[in-house]
Amino acid sequence: MVMSAVLEEVTAEAPFALSEPVRVDADRAEKVSGSFSLKDVSVAYGNETVIAGVNMLVPSRAVTALIGPSGCGKSTLLRCLNRMNDEIGNVRVGGTIALDGLDIYQKSIDPVDLRMRVGQVFQRPNPFPMSIYDNVAFGPRTQGVRKRDELDAIIEAALKDAALWDEVKNHLKKHAFELSGGQQQRLCIARALATKPEVLLMDEPASALDPISTQQIEDTIAELKDMVTIVIVTHNMQQAARISDQTAFMLRESMDQPAHLVEVGETKRMFTNPDDKRTESYITGRFG
Amino acid sequence: MTMTPSERAGRLLGRTTRRRAAEAVVRTLIYAAGLLSIVILLAIAVFLFVEARKSIAEVGLGTMLTSTQWFPTGTPKIFGFLPLIIGSLMVTGVALVVFVPIGIGAAVFISEFSAGWFKEVMKSVIEFMAAVPSVVYGFLGVAILIPWVKATFGLTSGMTALTGGLVLGIMSLPTVISISEDALHAVPDALRQGSLALGNTRWQTIYKVVVPSASSGIFAGVMLGLGRAIGETMAVLMLTGNAAVIPTNVFESVRTMTGTIAAEMGEVVFGGLHYSVLFSVGLVLFGITFVINLAADLVLERQRKRWRR
Amino acid sequence: MSDRNRRARNARTVEVVMKVVTGACVALVIGAAMLILGKIVISGIPGISLEFLFSKPGMGMRAGGIFPIIVGTLMLVTLTAVLVLPLGIMAGIYLAEYAPKNVVTRIVRLSIANMAGVPSIVYGLFGLAVFVLLMQIGKSLLASALTLTCLTLPVIITSTEEALRQIPSDLRQAALALGATRWRAIYKVILPAAAPGIVTGSILGLSRAAGETAPILVTGAAFFLPKLPDSVYSQYMSLPYHLYVLATQVPNVPPEITWGTAFVLVAGVSIVSMIAGAWRSVQRRKVKW
Ligand SMILES: Nc1ncnc2c1ncn2[C@@H]1O[C@H](COP(=O)(O)OP(=O)(O)OP(=O)(O)O)[C@@H](O)[C@H]1O
Ligand SMILES: [Mg+2]
Repeated sequence: MVMSAVLEEVTAEAPFALSEPVRVDADRAEKVSGSFSLKDVSVAYGNETVIAGVNMLVPSRAVTALIGPSGCGKSTLLRCLNRMNDEIGNVRVGGTIALDGLDIYQKSIDPVDLRMRVGQVFQRPNPFPMSIYDNVAFGPRTQGVRKRDELDAIIEAALKDAALWDEVKNHLKKHAFELSGGQQQRLCIARALATKPEVLLMDEPASALDPISTQQIEDTIAELKDMVTIVIVTHNMQQAARISDQTAFMLRESMDQPAHLVEVGETKRMFTNPDDKRTESYITGRFG
Repeated sequence: MTMTPSERAGRLLGRTTRRRAAEAVVRTLIYAAGLLSIVILLAIAVFLFVEARKSIAEVGLGTMLTSTQWFPTGTPKIFGFLPLIIGSLMVTGVALVVFVPIGIGAAVFISEFSAGWFKEVMKSVIEFMAAVPSVVYGFLGVAILIPWVKATFGLTSGMTALTGGLVLGIMSLPTVISISEDALHAVPDALRQGSLALGNTRWQTIYKVVVPSASSGIFAGVMLGLGRAIGETMAVLMLTGNAAVIPTNVFESVRTMTGTIAAEMGEVVFGGLHYSVLFSVGLVLFGITFVINLAADLVLERQRKRWRR
Repeated sequence: MSDRNRRARNARTVEVVMKVVTGACVALVIGAAMLILGKIVISGIPGISLEFLFSKPGMGMRAGGIFPIIVGTLMLVTLTAVLVLPLGIMAGIYLAEYAPKNVVTRIVRLSIANMAGVPSIVYGLFGLAVFVLLMQIGKSLLASALTLTCLTLPVIITSTEEALRQIPSDLRQAALALGATRWRAIYKVILPAAAPGIVTGSILGLSRAAGETAPILVTGAAFFLPKLPDSVYSQYMSLPYHLYVLATQVPNVPPEITWGTAFVLVAGVSIVSMIAGAWRSVQRRKVKW
């Protein structure tokens, strides 16, 4: 199966206008899974609709960046993808969000299962107050993995994927709080990877970190995109340009109006030749 | 680890039923535990009433509340709560005179005039005072205060409303101080600085701005101290002499509601009239403290809301 | 001198006066605490010996030790802990993690605050009516422990909730995002993180229960027993009640016995509380959120 065919198939499932099909390497095509299609998605907190009419595809095994001014609903949209909004209470999500064609908001779906497939890394590093090993083992243990050697293998692989293995392999029993902020964040990435997710959501994962740690996180993301679909929220335009394949720009034009998707497309094009004036002025730093 | 999309979908739908059931069981248990406090509080009210029914039917609540004599074992038996209620009120009144000024004064000093280390020290002191069991307060009162009151005021007995009230006042101090101190502490520093910037002294700031802002919390502290004093049993039982006569001044012996229950419950026939009358006393006591606690809690809640925004 | 200057000077004088007055209040409080502590330590220590701690009372409690009394207290507190901790901790979890923002929750909170203010003798009446008589447990360790469970419940609930609220919601979110169920997130991540606070609050609550007299007076504490309780249905002797008995019911008790009993009671309660408090602050300092 070649990529274009897959994309056609996904597009056929989601009959709405894409601003532009995203081209992804053909050799990744056979592994394709972990793609989202969003159709007419809206989110309301209580009576206030904060996002409306979001249509987009999140291609598999690629990095999609969500950008937009503060308060436009990037985190909110991200939380829809693993149904973390369910935990906040008084949040309503409209439209359809499908993961590999499966509507994740249908009744029979347990968000707990969904979250094993769609991991998340948060803005502030939030390791659990336990050892490095136990942090990474948390997800597999939740899934019922008990055998020591099996766990060891998963943990080693996850820490390697998160580019943390070399730094911590001799102190796996150390308390996670003894790591630096950047290491903690990579530990959180490893912890999310250990559940073998197909998608990894990242909400400003580097905003609390110094430039060197940020660089390390970005390198990690570049390594990871062969394995998982990544959706990342960032306020850093250069970062979006550097690491993402597709960019989506959200905007809330006034407070009495919900935010919407202004433009979504291949990152290179968005940053060199955006379709929309507003995208251009945001990217060049004229507002937001 | 290559799964086809349909396998993945299968994983998405599998294994959920059992986990959901377990989760539901846990949630039910937790909800039940959460609601337990309502059940217990209701049960206390209900069972006090159930056991008090006999006395309410045979003696009448009105008669009990208004008779001025308490002769539970005499012939005829007279069950008048007035001596007990007035006894409780008198002891509590003395306690109030002790703990309101000292408690608020100490809270103001701790919150407004003292350094961090001193606050920590006072926290330990107050925790210690709160941790000492009431029977120990009673015992110390017997050992120290009764002789002192007797000698100082030239009385034939040191077991008086004054003695009980003084000890109750000291016992209520930790409650009053910690809640008032919390309330003062919760007043935003910006208010203090605003007032100081207007040229007020520290003290002017305190009594014009800080204390009024914290007044509801301080009030709640006083109310809770009051509730503690009215409900306290062992210390008053050991210190007030327990004469069931309506007192005319604080140098007389008094019998409180709590002391009466504690002293007489051991000697009654379970299910009998006297037993039931003691539950009526308990019901009155419960009613009084319920109102006091409710008032304090509503006031505290209002104060909490006030500084949230 | 201008009027304004004079007023400013007056204000400063008032301030000094008020500082002295409020300071005197604090001094009184400290004085009272020192007096309590000092008197109990000074008068209590002479009565303390291994023999006093490990022998039975004799000669109508006018001689011997308080061993069965200490044991009875420990048994009562242990049984109370077994009953109250699961209930209280679960209710605390309910308030911190599950309770919706609605009228029911508001009523639950009001009930808990109100329970904390119900006089202990009223708990005694309740225990007598329900556990001793209605449920026919009789005057016993179990009836007293059930009564103290009701009395201690609000303390345990409140401290558990407070400890849970200290834990940043990040951790909960992280656990949920890894596919943990609500309960697993609580059980594996949040409860362990909150454990120091919960343990300390529980110990403080239970040490208060250990010092209660009025509720056990009517539900099972015995004036004197020749032997140790052999089941939860037996009556028992307990330190606070024993102190009451020695201080007011038995004439001519040698003072070192009474003061020694008071010392053991206060030392037990306050040392346990202090250790718990210190442990909590050490744990707090170790883990900074
Ligand atoms: N829990 C909530 N309850 C009510 N409103 C919320 C909640 N969370 C977010 N909002 C509102 O939804 C809107 C979008 O918030 P969101 O956090 O998704 O923005 P964002 O784009 O991630 O902003 P930032 O870049 O600052 O993180 C905001 O107007 C915010 O006030
Ligand atoms: Mg955000």
